[in-house]
Amino acid sequence: MIELQAVGKSYGAVRAVDEVSLTIERGEFVVLIGASGSGKTTLLKMINRLVEHDQGRILFMGDEIRSFKPEDLRRRMGYAIQSTGLFPHWTVARNVATVPALLRWPAARIETRVDELLTLLGLAPAEYRARYPHELSGGQQQRIGVARALAADPEVLLMDEPFGALDRITRLSLQHEMARIHRASGKTIVLVTHDIEEALGLATRIVLLDRGRIVQAGTPAQLLGRPASAFVSDFMGRDDLGLKLLGLQTVAARVRAGEHVGGTPVSAALTLREVLAEFVARHVDRLPVEDANGRPLGAIHFADLLEPAP
Amino acid sequence: MTASWPRDPLPWAAAALLALVWGMPHLKPLFAAAFPALDRPLYEQDSFAALLWAHVWIVAASSAAAAVVGVAAGLFVTRPAGAEFRPLVETVVAIGQTVPPVAVLAIAVPLIGFGEVPALIALALYGLLPIVRGTIAGIESVPAAVSEAAAGLGMNAWQRLWRAELPLAAPVILAGVRTSVIINIGTAAIASTVGAKTLGSPIIVGLSGFNTAYVLQGAIVVGLLAVVVDLVFERAGRSFDRRRETA
Repeated sequence: MIELQAVGKSYGAVRAVDEVSLTIERGEFVVLIGASGSGKTTLLKMINRLVEHDQGRILFMGDEIRSFKPEDLRRRMGYAIQSTGLFPHWTVARNVATVPALLRWPAARIETRVDELLTLLGLAPAEYRARYPHELSGGQQQRIGVARALAADPEVLLMDEPFGALDRITRLSLQHEMARIHRASGKTIVLVTHDIEEALGLATRIVLLDRGRIVQAGTPAQLLGRPASAFVSDFMGRDDLGLKLLGLQTVAARVRAGEHVGGTPVSAALTLREVLAEFVARHVDRLPVEDANGRPLGAIHFADLLEPAP
Repeated sequence: MTASWPRDPLPWAAAALLALVWGMPHLKPLFAAAFPALDRPLYEQDSFAALLWAHVWIVAASSAAAAVVGVAAGLFVTRPAGAEFRPLVETVVAIGQTVPPVAVLAIAVPLIGFGEVPALIALALYGLLPIVRGTIAGIESVPAAVSEAAAGLGMNAWQRLWRAELPLAAPVILAGVRTSVIINIGTAAIASTVGAKTLGSPIIVGLSGFNTAYVLQGAIVVGLLAVVVDLVFERAGRSFDRRRETA
Protein backbone atom coordinates (compact mmCIF):
# COMPACT_ATOMS: atom_id res chain seq x y z
CA MET A 1 0.00 0.00 0.00
CA ILE A 2 2.81 2.39 0.94
CA GLU A 3 6.39 1.73 -0.06
CA LEU A 4 9.36 3.81 1.09
CA GLN A 5 12.51 3.16 -0.90
CA ALA A 6 15.73 4.59 0.58
CA VAL A 7 13.89 7.75 1.52
CA GLY A 8 15.75 10.74 2.95
CA LYS A 9 15.17 14.33 4.03
CA SER A 10 17.78 16.92 5.00
CA TYR A 11 17.38 20.25 6.75
CA GLY A 12 20.62 22.01 5.88
CA ALA A 13 23.40 19.73 7.10
CA VAL A 14 21.08 17.72 9.35
CA ARG A 15 19.75 14.47 7.95
CA ALA A 16 16.34 14.21 9.63
CA VAL A 17 15.51 10.98 7.77
CA ASP A 18 18.27 8.88 6.27
CA GLU A 19 17.89 6.00 3.79
CA VAL A 20 14.68 4.64 5.26
CA SER A 21 13.13 1.67 3.44
CA LEU A 22 9.83 0.30 4.63
CA THR A 23 6.86 -1.42 3.03
CA ILE A 24 3.49 -0.99 4.70
CA GLU A 25 0.90 -3.57 3.68
CA ARG A 26 -2.84 -3.05 3.54
CA GLY A 27 -4.44 -3.51 6.98
CA GLU A 28 -1.24 -3.10 8.98
CA PHE A 29 -1.09 -0.98 12.11
CA VAL A 30 2.43 0.40 11.93
CA VAL A 31 3.74 2.40 14.87
CA LEU A 32 6.77 4.62 14.28
CA ILE A 33 8.51 5.07 17.59
CA GLY A 34 11.65 6.85 18.72
CA ALA A 35 12.96 9.61 20.94
CA SER A 36 12.34 13.23 19.95
CA GLY A 37 14.52 14.14 16.99
CA SER A 38 14.54 10.56 15.72
CA GLY A 39 12.77 11.62 12.53
CA LYS A 40 9.52 9.76 13.18
CA THR A 41 7.21 12.75 12.64
CA THR A 42 9.17 13.88 9.57
CA LEU A 43 8.82 10.37 8.15
CA LEU A 44 5.05 10.40 8.74
CA LYS A 45 4.62 13.82 7.13
CA MET A 46 6.58 12.70 4.10
CA ILE A 47 3.88 10.13 3.38
CA ASN A 48 1.21 12.83 2.80
CA ARG A 49 3.70 15.35 1.39
CA LEU A 50 3.46 17.85 4.24
CA VAL A 51 7.22 17.35 4.09
CA GLU A 52 8.71 16.61 0.67
CA HIS A 53 11.33 13.86 0.56
CA ASP A 54 14.58 14.85 -1.17
CA GLN A 55 15.95 11.33 -1.60
CA GLY A 56 14.56 7.99 -2.65
CA ARG A 57 11.00 7.19 -3.67
CA ILE A 58 7.70 6.91 -1.84
CA LEU A 59 5.01 4.85 -3.57
CA PHE A 60 1.31 4.95 -2.72
CA MET A 61 -0.72 2.18 -4.42
CA GLY A 62 2.28 1.65 -6.66
CA ASP A 63 2.70 5.24 -7.85
CA GLU A 64 5.30 7.78 -6.72
CA ILE A 65 3.43 10.21 -4.42
CA ARG A 66 4.75 13.17 -6.42
CA SER A 67 2.56 12.03 -9.30
CA PHE A 68 -0.54 12.87 -7.20
CA LYS A 69 -1.80 16.38 -6.54
CA PRO A 70 -0.96 16.95 -2.83
CA GLU A 71 -4.63 17.73 -2.05
CA ASP A 72 -5.88 14.56 -3.75
CA LEU A 73 -3.27 12.44 -1.99
CA ARG A 74 -4.12 13.93 1.41
CA ARG A 75 -7.86 13.47 0.96
CA ARG A 76 -7.19 9.76 0.52
CA MET A 77 -5.19 9.65 3.77
CA GLY A 78 -6.82 10.58 7.06
CA TYR A 79 -4.69 12.85 9.24
CA ALA A 80 -4.92 13.35 13.01
CA ILE A 81 -2.44 15.27 15.16
CA GLN A 82 -1.69 15.69 18.84
CA SER A 83 -3.08 19.21 19.25
CA THR A 84 -6.13 18.13 17.16
CA GLY A 85 -6.11 21.27 14.97
CA LEU A 86 -9.90 21.32 15.10
CA PHE A 87 -11.33 24.42 13.41
CA PRO A 88 -12.48 26.49 16.40
CA HIS A 89 -15.05 28.45 14.36
CA TRP A 90 -16.81 25.32 13.08
CA THR A 91 -19.23 23.05 14.90
CA VAL A 92 -18.31 19.45 15.65
CA ALA A 93 -20.43 18.30 12.68
CA ARG A 94 -18.74 20.68 10.26
CA ASN A 95 -15.30 19.74 11.56
CA VAL A 96 -15.97 16.05 11.03
CA ALA A 97 -17.37 16.83 7.57
CA THR A 98 -14.22 18.69 6.46
CA VAL A 99 -12.95 16.17 3.90
CA PRO A 100 -16.38 14.97 2.66
CA ALA A 101 -17.21 18.65 2.04
CA LEU A 102 -13.96 19.10 0.12
CA LEU A 103 -14.91 16.06 -1.93
CA ARG A 104 -18.37 17.59 -2.53
CA TRP A 105 -20.42 14.77 -1.11
CA PRO A 106 -24.18 15.47 -1.15
CA ALA A 107 -25.42 17.03 2.09
CA ALA A 108 -27.57 14.07 3.11
CA ARG A 109 -24.66 11.64 2.73
CA ILE A 110 -22.41 13.94 4.79
CA GLU A 111 -24.99 14.16 7.55
CA THR A 112 -25.39 10.38 7.75
CA ARG A 113 -21.63 9.92 7.76
CA VAL A 114 -21.09 12.47 10.55
CA ASP A 115 -23.65 10.76 12.80
CA GLU A 116 -22.13 7.39 12.01
CA LEU A 117 -18.64 8.58 13.00
CA LEU A 118 -19.75 10.36 16.18
CA THR A 119 -21.46 7.14 17.21
CA LEU A 120 -18.35 5.11 16.33
CA LEU A 121 -16.24 7.35 18.57
CA GLY A 122 -18.74 7.13 21.41
CA LEU A 123 -20.23 10.63 21.20
CA ALA A 124 -24.03 10.87 20.95
CA PRO A 125 -24.68 12.75 17.66
CA ALA A 126 -27.76 14.60 18.91
CA GLU A 127 -25.78 15.97 21.83
CA TYR A 128 -22.47 16.83 20.17
CA ARG A 129 -23.21 17.68 16.52
CA ALA A 130 -23.90 21.39 17.13
CA ARG A 131 -21.22 22.02 19.76
CA TYR A 132 -18.03 24.00 19.21
CA PRO A 133 -14.59 22.50 19.94
CA HIS A 134 -13.98 24.75 22.96
CA GLU A 135 -17.04 23.27 24.62
CA LEU A 136 -15.46 19.80 24.65
CA SER A 137 -12.92 18.13 26.94
CA GLY A 138 -9.46 17.27 25.60
CA GLY A 139 -10.41 13.63 25.12
CA GLN A 140 -13.61 14.54 23.28
CA GLN A 141 -11.69 16.95 21.04
CA GLN A 142 -9.28 14.17 20.13
CA ARG A 143 -12.21 11.84 19.39
CA ILE A 144 -13.52 14.48 16.98
CA GLY A 145 -10.01 14.75 15.50
CA VAL A 146 -10.02 11.00 14.84
CA ALA A 147 -13.59 11.10 13.47
CA ARG A 148 -12.56 13.92 11.11
CA ALA A 149 -9.57 11.88 9.92
CA LEU A 150 -11.84 8.90 9.21
CA ALA A 151 -14.67 10.90 7.64
CA ALA A 152 -14.12 10.26 3.94
CA ASP A 153 -13.25 6.61 4.58
CA PRO A 154 -9.58 7.09 3.64
CA GLU A 155 -7.43 4.16 2.58
CA VAL A 156 -4.73 5.13 5.06
CA LEU A 157 -4.86 6.85 8.43
CA LEU A 158 -1.83 8.90 9.52
CA MET A 159 -1.68 9.83 13.19
CA ASP A 160 0.98 12.04 14.79
CA GLU A 161 1.10 11.38 18.55
CA PRO A 162 -2.69 11.63 18.65
CA PHE A 163 -3.06 10.75 22.33
CA GLY A 164 0.13 12.36 23.66
CA ALA A 165 -1.54 15.29 25.39
CA LEU A 166 -4.26 13.29 27.17
CA ASP A 167 -4.40 12.01 30.73
CA ARG A 168 -3.74 8.29 31.25
CA ILE A 169 -7.35 7.14 31.60
CA THR A 170 -8.53 9.05 28.51
CA ARG A 171 -5.50 7.88 26.58
CA LEU A 172 -6.12 4.22 27.41
CA SER A 173 -9.76 4.48 26.43
CA LEU A 174 -8.88 6.12 23.08
CA GLN A 175 -6.18 3.53 22.41
CA HIS A 176 -8.80 0.89 23.05
CA GLU A 177 -11.13 2.61 20.54
CA MET A 178 -8.35 2.78 17.95
CA ALA A 179 -7.61 -0.93 18.33
CA ARG A 180 -11.33 -1.65 17.91
CA ILE A 181 -11.62 0.62 14.85
CA HIS A 182 -8.57 -1.01 13.31
CA ARG A 183 -9.95 -4.51 13.87
CA ALA A 184 -13.39 -3.56 12.57
CA SER A 185 -12.33 -1.55 9.50
CA GLY A 186 -9.08 -3.24 8.55
CA LYS A 187 -7.67 0.17 7.70
CA THR A 188 -3.99 0.74 7.18
CA ILE A 189 -2.83 2.93 10.07
CA VAL A 190 0.53 4.62 10.58
CA LEU A 191 0.90 6.13 14.05
CA VAL A 192 3.78 8.08 15.55
CA THR A 193 4.43 7.92 19.28
CA HIS A 194 7.20 8.00 21.86
CA ASP A 195 5.14 5.91 24.28
CA ILE A 196 6.35 2.31 24.27
CA GLU A 197 3.20 0.99 25.99
CA GLU A 198 1.07 2.61 23.29
CA ALA A 199 3.20 1.00 20.59
CA LEU A 200 3.02 -2.45 22.22
CA GLY A 201 -0.73 -2.18 22.71
CA LEU A 202 -1.65 -1.05 19.21
CA ALA A 203 0.97 -2.07 16.67
CA THR A 204 0.96 -5.05 14.39
CA ARG A 205 4.45 -3.83 13.53
CA ILE A 206 6.75 -1.47 15.42
CA VAL A 207 9.36 0.57 13.57
CA LEU A 208 12.00 1.89 15.98
CA LEU A 209 13.87 4.93 14.68
CA ASP A 210 17.01 6.63 15.91
CA ARG A 211 18.68 9.64 14.29
CA GLY A 212 16.68 9.27 11.11
CA ARG A 213 17.38 5.59 10.57
CA ILE A 214 15.40 2.43 11.25
CA VAL A 215 17.03 0.54 14.11
CA GLN A 216 14.65 -2.39 14.06
CA ALA A 217 11.23 -3.16 12.61
CA GLY A 218 9.10 -6.10 13.62
CA THR A 219 6.16 -7.33 15.66
CA PRO A 220 5.99 -6.24 19.30
CA ALA A 221 7.04 -9.75 20.34
CA GLN A 222 10.07 -9.61 18.04
CA LEU A 223 11.27 -6.28 19.38
CA LEU A 224 10.84 -7.45 22.96
CA GLY A 225 12.08 -11.01 22.51
CA ARG A 226 14.79 -10.59 19.89
CA PRO A 227 16.11 -7.03 20.12
CA ALA A 228 18.63 -6.28 17.37
CA SER A 229 20.90 -4.24 19.62
CA ALA A 230 21.41 -2.94 23.13
CA PHE A 231 19.75 0.31 22.00
CA VAL A 232 16.55 -1.58 21.18
CA SER A 233 16.38 -3.42 24.49
CA ASP A 234 17.14 -0.18 26.35
CA PHE A 235 14.43 1.63 24.47
CA MET A 236 11.90 -1.15 24.94
CA GLY A 237 12.65 -1.14 28.67
CA ARG A 238 15.07 -3.84 29.80
CA ASP A 239 13.94 -3.94 33.43
CA ASP A 240 10.32 -4.99 32.87
CA LEU A 241 10.79 -6.89 29.63
CA GLY A 242 9.05 -9.98 31.04
CA LEU A 243 6.00 -7.98 32.06
CA LYS A 244 5.78 -6.37 28.62
CA LEU A 245 5.94 -9.80 26.98
CA LEU A 246 3.08 -10.94 29.22
CA GLY A 247 1.19 -7.79 28.18
CA LEU A 248 1.15 -8.96 24.54
CA GLN A 249 -1.00 -12.02 25.18
CA THR A 250 -4.42 -12.53 26.67
CA VAL A 251 -5.69 -15.10 29.13
CA ALA A 252 -7.66 -16.70 26.30
CA ALA A 253 -4.41 -18.10 24.84
CA ARG A 254 -3.48 -20.03 28.02
CA VAL A 255 -6.82 -21.02 29.51
CA ARG A 256 -7.28 -24.68 30.61
CA ALA A 257 -10.69 -25.37 29.19
CA GLY A 258 -13.31 -26.97 31.38
CA GLU A 259 -11.30 -26.93 34.63
CA HIS A 260 -13.23 -25.80 37.70
CA VAL A 261 -11.70 -23.52 40.29
CA GLY A 262 -13.46 -21.54 43.03
CA GLY A 263 -13.36 -17.73 43.42
CA THR A 264 -14.31 -14.67 41.41
CA PRO A 265 -13.63 -15.38 37.72
CA VAL A 266 -11.33 -13.20 35.57
CA SER A 267 -12.16 -12.22 31.98
CA ALA A 268 -10.46 -14.10 29.17
CA ALA A 269 -9.80 -10.70 27.52
CA LEU A 270 -7.34 -9.65 30.27
CA THR A 271 -3.68 -9.65 29.30
CA LEU A 272 -1.40 -12.13 31.04
CA ARG A 273 0.23 -9.13 32.69
CA GLU A 274 -3.08 -8.10 34.24
CA VAL A 275 -3.83 -11.64 35.39
CA LEU A 276 -0.37 -11.81 36.99
CA ALA A 277 -1.39 -8.81 39.07
CA GLU A 278 -4.59 -10.67 40.02
CA PHE A 279 -2.62 -13.75 41.20
CA VAL A 280 -0.37 -11.61 43.37
CA ALA A 281 -3.16 -9.45 44.77
CA ARG A 282 -5.37 -12.46 45.64
CA HIS A 283 -2.53 -14.69 46.94
CA VAL A 284 -3.68 -17.66 44.83
CA ASP A 285 -2.02 -19.77 42.12
CA ARG A 286 -5.08 -20.64 40.06
CA LEU A 287 -8.03 -18.53 38.91
CA PRO A 288 -11.35 -19.31 37.16
CA VAL A 289 -11.78 -17.72 33.70
CA GLU A 290 -15.00 -16.52 32.07
CA ASP A 291 -15.75 -15.10 28.61
CA ALA A 292 -17.08 -11.62 27.81
CA ASN A 293 -20.65 -12.77 28.48
CA GLY A 294 -19.81 -14.19 31.92
CA ARG A 295 -19.91 -17.86 30.86
CA PRO A 296 -17.23 -20.00 32.61
CA LEU A 297 -14.44 -21.07 30.23
CA GLY A 298 -12.06 -22.90 32.55
CA ALA A 299 -9.09 -21.91 34.66
CA ILE A 300 -5.57 -20.56 34.48
CA HIS A 301 -2.68 -21.58 36.71
CA PHE A 302 0.13 -19.33 37.87
CA ALA A 303 2.64 -21.63 36.17
CA ASP A 304 0.79 -21.17 32.84
CA LEU A 305 2.24 -17.66 32.66
CA LEU A 306 5.63 -19.19 31.98
CA GLU A 307 4.69 -21.46 29.11
CA PRO A 308 1.59 -22.52 27.23
CA ALA A 309 -0.60 -25.13 28.96
CA PRO A 310 -0.16 -28.67 27.59
CA MET B 1 -28.19 41.19 21.88
CA THR B 2 -26.23 41.32 25.08
CA ALA B 3 -27.47 44.64 26.51
CA SER B 4 -31.17 45.50 26.65
CA TRP B 5 -31.52 48.62 24.61
CA PRO B 6 -32.05 51.24 27.37
CA ARG B 7 -28.58 50.31 28.63
CA ASP B 8 -27.05 49.89 25.18
CA PRO B 9 -25.01 53.04 24.45
CA LEU B 10 -25.22 52.74 20.66
CA PRO B 11 -28.84 53.95 20.06
CA TRP B 12 -28.34 56.78 22.54
CA ALA B 13 -25.12 57.95 20.94
CA ALA B 14 -26.63 57.69 17.44
CA ALA B 15 -29.74 59.62 18.53
CA ALA B 16 -27.59 62.31 20.16
CA LEU B 17 -25.55 62.69 16.95
CA LEU B 18 -28.62 63.04 14.70
CA ALA B 19 -30.41 65.35 17.13
CA LEU B 20 -27.36 67.61 17.35
CA VAL B 21 -26.85 67.70 13.59
CA TRP B 22 -30.45 68.55 12.73
CA GLY B 23 -31.10 70.58 15.88
CA MET B 24 -27.99 72.78 15.61
CA PRO B 25 -29.93 75.90 14.35
CA HIS B 26 -32.10 75.73 17.48
CA LEU B 27 -29.01 75.95 19.65
CA LYS B 28 -28.15 79.39 18.22
CA PRO B 29 -29.48 81.28 21.33
CA LEU B 30 -27.43 79.01 23.54
CA PHE B 31 -24.19 79.71 21.66
CA ALA B 32 -25.12 83.45 21.52
CA ALA B 33 -25.44 83.48 25.30
CA ALA B 34 -22.22 81.52 25.82
CA PHE B 35 -20.17 83.63 23.40
CA PRO B 36 -21.67 87.19 23.62
CA ALA B 37 -18.60 88.70 21.94
CA LEU B 38 -19.22 86.85 18.65
CA ASP B 39 -21.29 88.44 15.83
CA ARG B 40 -22.15 85.06 14.36
CA PRO B 41 -22.25 82.41 17.09
CA LEU B 42 -23.48 79.60 14.74
CA TYR B 43 -21.73 78.16 11.68
CA GLU B 44 -24.27 78.63 8.89
CA GLN B 45 -22.28 78.40 5.61
CA ASP B 46 -23.38 74.78 5.24
CA SER B 47 -25.97 72.72 7.07
CA PHE B 48 -24.44 70.33 9.57
CA ALA B 49 -26.41 67.51 7.93
CA ALA B 50 -24.62 68.18 4.63
CA LEU B 51 -21.25 68.35 6.41
CA LEU B 52 -21.93 65.10 8.26
CA TRP B 53 -22.90 63.39 5.00
CA ALA B 54 -19.78 64.68 3.22
CA HIS B 55 -17.61 63.62 6.17
CA VAL B 56 -19.08 60.12 6.35
CA TRP B 57 -18.76 59.71 2.59
CA ILE B 58 -15.09 60.73 2.46
CA VAL B 59 -14.24 58.47 5.43
CA ALA B 60 -16.20 55.52 4.00
CA ALA B 61 -14.65 55.83 0.54
CA SER B 62 -11.08 56.23 1.79
CA SER B 63 -11.43 53.50 4.44
CA ALA B 64 -12.97 51.06 1.95
CA ALA B 65 -10.05 51.60 -0.41
CA ALA B 66 -7.59 51.24 2.49
CA ALA B 67 -9.29 48.05 3.67
CA VAL B 68 -9.20 46.40 0.24
CA VAL B 69 -5.56 47.31 -0.44
CA GLY B 70 -4.43 46.79 3.17
CA VAL B 71 -5.99 43.34 3.62
CA ALA B 72 -4.71 42.26 0.20
CA ALA B 73 -1.17 43.45 1.06
CA GLY B 74 -1.31 41.78 4.48
CA LEU B 75 -2.48 38.49 2.96
CA PHE B 76 0.10 38.68 0.19
CA VAL B 77 3.09 39.00 2.53
CA THR B 78 1.83 36.13 4.72
CA ARG B 79 1.72 33.73 1.70
CA PRO B 80 4.87 31.78 0.89
CA ALA B 81 5.09 33.62 -2.46
CA GLY B 82 4.97 37.07 -0.83
CA ALA B 83 7.10 36.33 2.21
CA GLU B 84 10.11 38.07 0.65
CA PHE B 85 8.22 41.36 0.51
CA ARG B 86 7.24 41.25 4.13
CA PRO B 87 10.21 43.18 5.59
CA LEU B 88 9.69 45.86 2.92
CA VAL B 89 5.96 46.20 3.62
CA GLU B 90 6.54 46.21 7.38
CA THR B 91 9.17 48.94 7.07
CA VAL B 92 6.86 51.08 4.95
CA VAL B 93 4.12 50.51 7.53
CA ALA B 94 6.41 51.51 10.37
CA ILE B 95 7.63 54.65 8.60
CA GLY B 96 4.08 55.56 7.63
CA GLN B 97 2.95 55.34 11.24
CA THR B 98 5.46 57.97 12.29
CA VAL B 99 4.29 60.60 9.77
CA PRO B 100 1.48 62.72 11.24
CA PRO B 101 -1.70 62.93 9.11
CA VAL B 102 -1.29 66.68 8.63
CA ALA B 103 2.05 66.00 6.98
CA VAL B 104 0.44 63.45 4.65
CA LEU B 105 -2.06 66.12 3.58
CA ALA B 106 0.68 68.70 3.22
CA ILE B 107 2.59 66.36 0.91
CA ALA B 108 -0.55 65.46 -1.06
CA VAL B 109 -1.52 69.02 -2.00
CA PRO B 110 1.55 70.02 -4.03
CA LEU B 111 1.35 66.68 -5.82
CA ILE B 112 -2.37 66.52 -6.53
CA GLY B 113 -3.74 70.00 -5.78
CA PHE B 114 -6.62 71.14 -3.58
CA GLY B 115 -10.02 69.49 -3.27
CA GLU B 116 -11.56 66.22 -2.31
CA VAL B 117 -9.24 63.95 -4.32
CA PRO B 118 -6.04 64.73 -2.38
CA ALA B 119 -7.99 64.34 0.86
CA LEU B 120 -9.28 60.95 -0.23
CA ILE B 121 -5.83 59.76 -1.26
CA ALA B 122 -4.17 61.03 1.91
CA LEU B 123 -6.82 59.42 4.09
CA ALA B 124 -6.63 56.10 2.25
CA LEU B 125 -2.82 56.03 2.54
CA TYR B 126 -2.89 56.93 6.19
CA GLY B 127 -5.61 54.39 6.91
CA LEU B 128 -3.67 51.61 5.20
CA LEU B 129 -1.19 51.10 7.97
CA PRO B 130 -3.28 49.75 10.86
CA ILE B 131 -5.10 47.47 8.41
CA VAL B 132 -1.91 45.91 7.01
CA ARG B 133 -0.65 45.40 10.55
CA GLY B 134 -3.96 43.94 11.71
CA THR B 135 -4.06 41.54 8.78
CA ILE B 136 -0.52 40.25 9.38
CA ALA B 137 -1.15 39.93 13.12
CA GLY B 138 -4.49 38.21 12.44
CA ILE B 139 -3.04 35.62 10.09
CA GLU B 140 -0.20 35.00 12.55
CA SER B 141 -2.71 34.47 15.36
CA VAL B 142 -4.14 31.42 13.58
CA PRO B 143 -2.91 28.40 15.60
CA ALA B 144 -0.20 26.44 13.77
CA ALA B 145 -2.08 23.20 14.45
CA VAL B 146 -5.14 24.55 12.61
CA SER B 147 -3.08 25.46 9.53
CA GLU B 148 -1.33 22.09 9.65
CA ALA B 149 -4.60 20.20 9.95
CA ALA B 150 -6.12 22.22 7.11
CA ALA B 151 -3.20 21.32 4.85
CA GLY B 152 -2.99 17.73 6.07
CA LEU B 153 -6.68 17.10 5.42
CA GLY B 154 -6.29 18.17 1.81
CA MET B 155 -7.37 21.80 1.57
CA ASN B 156 -5.63 23.70 -1.23
CA ALA B 157 -4.04 27.08 -0.56
CA TRP B 158 -7.22 28.99 -1.42
CA GLN B 159 -9.42 26.77 0.76
CA ARG B 160 -6.99 27.06 3.67
CA LEU B 161 -7.12 30.84 3.42
CA TRP B 162 -10.84 31.16 2.87
CA ARG B 163 -12.16 28.47 5.21
CA ALA B 164 -9.63 28.46 8.05
CA GLU B 165 -7.21 31.38 8.17
CA LEU B 166 -9.39 34.31 7.18
CA PRO B 167 -12.36 33.51 9.46
CA LEU B 168 -9.98 33.00 12.39
CA ALA B 169 -8.01 36.16 11.62
CA ALA B 170 -11.15 38.22 11.06
CA PRO B 171 -11.48 39.67 14.60
CA VAL B 172 -7.90 40.96 14.55
CA ILE B 173 -8.29 42.29 10.99
CA LEU B 174 -11.53 43.98 12.04
CA ALA B 175 -9.73 45.60 14.98
CA GLY B 176 -7.20 47.02 12.50
CA VAL B 177 -9.98 48.37 10.29
CA ARG B 178 -11.66 49.88 13.35
CA THR B 179 -8.48 51.74 14.36
CA SER B 180 -8.04 52.90 10.79
CA VAL B 181 -11.60 54.22 10.45
CA ILE B 182 -11.53 56.02 13.80
CA ILE B 183 -8.22 57.69 12.91
CA ASN B 184 -9.68 58.66 9.54
CA ILE B 185 -12.73 60.27 11.12
CA GLY B 186 -10.40 62.58 13.02
CA THR B 187 -8.03 63.08 10.10
CA ALA B 188 -10.89 63.85 7.68
CA ALA B 189 -11.65 66.93 9.82
CA ILE B 190 -8.17 68.22 9.06
CA ALA B 191 -8.78 67.43 5.38
CA SER B 192 -10.93 70.55 5.10
CA THR B 193 -7.66 72.53 5.16
CA VAL B 194 -7.00 71.21 1.65
CA GLY B 195 -10.43 72.17 0.40
CA ALA B 196 -12.59 69.14 1.12
CA LYS B 197 -15.88 69.99 2.77
CA THR B 198 -16.15 68.01 6.01
CA LEU B 199 -17.14 68.44 9.64
CA GLY B 200 -13.67 69.96 9.97
CA SER B 201 -14.77 73.04 8.01
CA PRO B 202 -16.35 74.82 11.01
CA ILE B 203 -13.27 73.95 13.06
CA ILE B 204 -10.83 75.36 10.48
CA VAL B 205 -12.93 78.45 9.79
CA GLY B 206 -13.39 78.96 13.53
CA LEU B 207 -9.68 78.62 14.25
CA SER B 208 -8.65 81.10 11.57
CA GLY B 209 -11.38 83.60 12.55
CA PHE B 210 -11.01 83.26 16.34
CA ASN B 211 -14.57 81.89 16.50
CA THR B 212 -14.53 79.42 19.41
CA ALA B 213 -18.23 78.61 18.92
CA TYR B 214 -17.56 77.26 15.38
CA VAL B 215 -14.67 75.13 16.66
CA LEU B 216 -16.86 73.72 19.41
CA GLN B 217 -19.74 72.92 17.05
CA GLY B 218 -17.50 71.05 14.59
CA ALA B 219 -15.52 69.26 17.27
CA ILE B 220 -18.53 67.97 19.21
CA VAL B 221 -20.14 66.53 16.07
CA VAL B 222 -16.89 64.88 14.90
CA GLY B 223 -16.37 63.46 18.39
CA LEU B 224 -19.88 62.04 18.53
CA LEU B 225 -19.51 60.55 15.04
CA ALA B 226 -16.31 58.79 16.17
CA VAL B 227 -18.08 57.42 19.26
CA VAL B 228 -21.02 56.11 17.20
CA VAL B 229 -18.81 54.43 14.59
CA ASP B 230 -16.60 52.92 17.29
CA LEU B 231 -19.67 51.44 19.00
CA VAL B 232 -20.81 49.95 15.69
CA PHE B 233 -17.42 48.26 15.25
CA GLU B 234 -17.50 47.02 18.82
CA ARG B 235 -20.87 45.44 18.10
CA ALA B 236 -19.57 43.79 14.93
CA GLY B 237 -16.49 42.51 16.75
CA ARG B 238 -18.57 40.98 19.50
CA SER B 239 -20.57 38.89 17.06
CA PHE B 240 -17.24 37.37 15.91
CA ASP B 241 -16.04 36.68 19.43
CA ARG B 242 -19.09 34.76 20.58
CA ARG B 243 -17.91 31.40 19.30
CA ARG B 244 -14.20 32.00 19.35
CA GLU B 245 -13.00 31.43 22.92
CA THR B 246 -10.56 28.53 22.72
CA ALA B 247 -10.61 25.99 25.49
